[in-house]
Amino acid sequence: MINMIWFLMIVVGVIVGGITGNIEAVTKAAVDSANSAVELSLGLIGVMTLWLGVMKIAEESGLVSALARALKPIMIRLFPEVPAEHPAMGAMVLNIAANVLGLGNAATPLGLKAMEELQKLNYKKDTATNAMCTFLAINTSSVQLIPTTTIAMMYAAGSTDPTVIIGPTMIATTLSTVAGVVAAKTFEKMPMFRA
Amino acid sequence: MLSNLIDVVNAISKWSIPVFIAGIVTYGYIKKVKVYEAFTEGAKEGVYTAVRIIPYLVAMLVAIGIFRASGIMNALTTAISPLARFIGMPPETVPMALMRPLSGAGAQGIMLDLFKIYGPDSFIGRLAATMMGATDTTFYILTVYFGSVAIKNTRHALPAGLVADFVGIVSAVLVCRMVFGK
Repeated sequence: MINMIWFLMIVVGVIVGGITGNIEAVTKAAVDSANSAVELSLGLIGVMTLWLGVMKIAEESGLVSALARALKPIMIRLFPEVPAEHPAMGAMVLNIAANVLGLGNAATPLGLKAMEELQKLNYKKDTATNAMCTFLAINTSSVQLIPTTTIAMMYAAGSTDPTVIIGPTMIATTLSTVAGVVAAKTFEKMPMFRA
Repeated sequence: MLSNLIDVVNAISKWSIPVFIAGIVTYGYIKKVKVYEAFTEGAKEGVYTAVRIIPYLVAMLVAIGIFRASGIMNALTTAISPLARFIGMPPETVPMALMRPLSGAGAQGIMLDLFKIYGPDSFIGRLAATMMGATDTTFYILTVYFGSVAIKNTRHALPAGLVADFVGIVSAVLVCRMVFGK
């Protein structure tokens, strides 16, 4: 799936770029994107280091496993393949908590920590597990409770009432998360997605 | 009332990170963890994790960059607009919906343009803001998360993420129509 989409984005992009006379823009985009990908990755080193450090304290203090225990009834249903007391559960809870609170730069490092823990349970190291896919469906659907950045941008653009979007956003993002989880759970059984 | 709510929102975004960090450090200290040593132990991983992502992120961002620069988004917008109109989605917001899973900064840029043209308190402005929060940058998240553990076969993660994006956008339209009436 990812191979096909990646292939199509590049080939269709180049062909359409040629037809529409945007081929120079395509060249520039390819090079610029490669540069910004490296900048973006290296730019993550700071927050990554910070949050993985904080995460280690949370782990050694027992906070991570306490969180996993507290949310056990939900977590074992979402991730039946992961042992209830496994550190992966606590890391996923922390990542989702950071997402809900809108702590954008904390969420990614905590999520990567969770992926590392999930990978320890994976016997086929280059292939995603069901738990990983469900976890990512939750992440990609966004579970942020209050969209602080967007509200700030509306305010800056002259909105007199930016907080009206909080309710609709909560409903829409809840529905998208439910849809993502249901989709992940449904797709994982399909032969074409078998591990 | 309004300024109160904004104050609360601002306070949350200002305080959440420091409180989160101080809370975890304090909890660790009470539980007799050698907090400084534990921090540095965990932090060591940061550099490697960030570097490990590079090839995956280059691959994905280059493809997205080519795709966006080709001008195909305009053609897709034209193709999708009748369908969008059917559910009551203004065609002006279609490019943003298409951009949302590909690029967070790109979608944000389109949202700001919509604010500028139609005003943040217009139906289009509010819908764009709601779409922003309804889903996340699926392609980026999948690339970074799977890249960090060197997973190449992502199985059903992308289709599931795209289903979530689609439902998020459609829900945003329907809820906004109900709440802001149009």
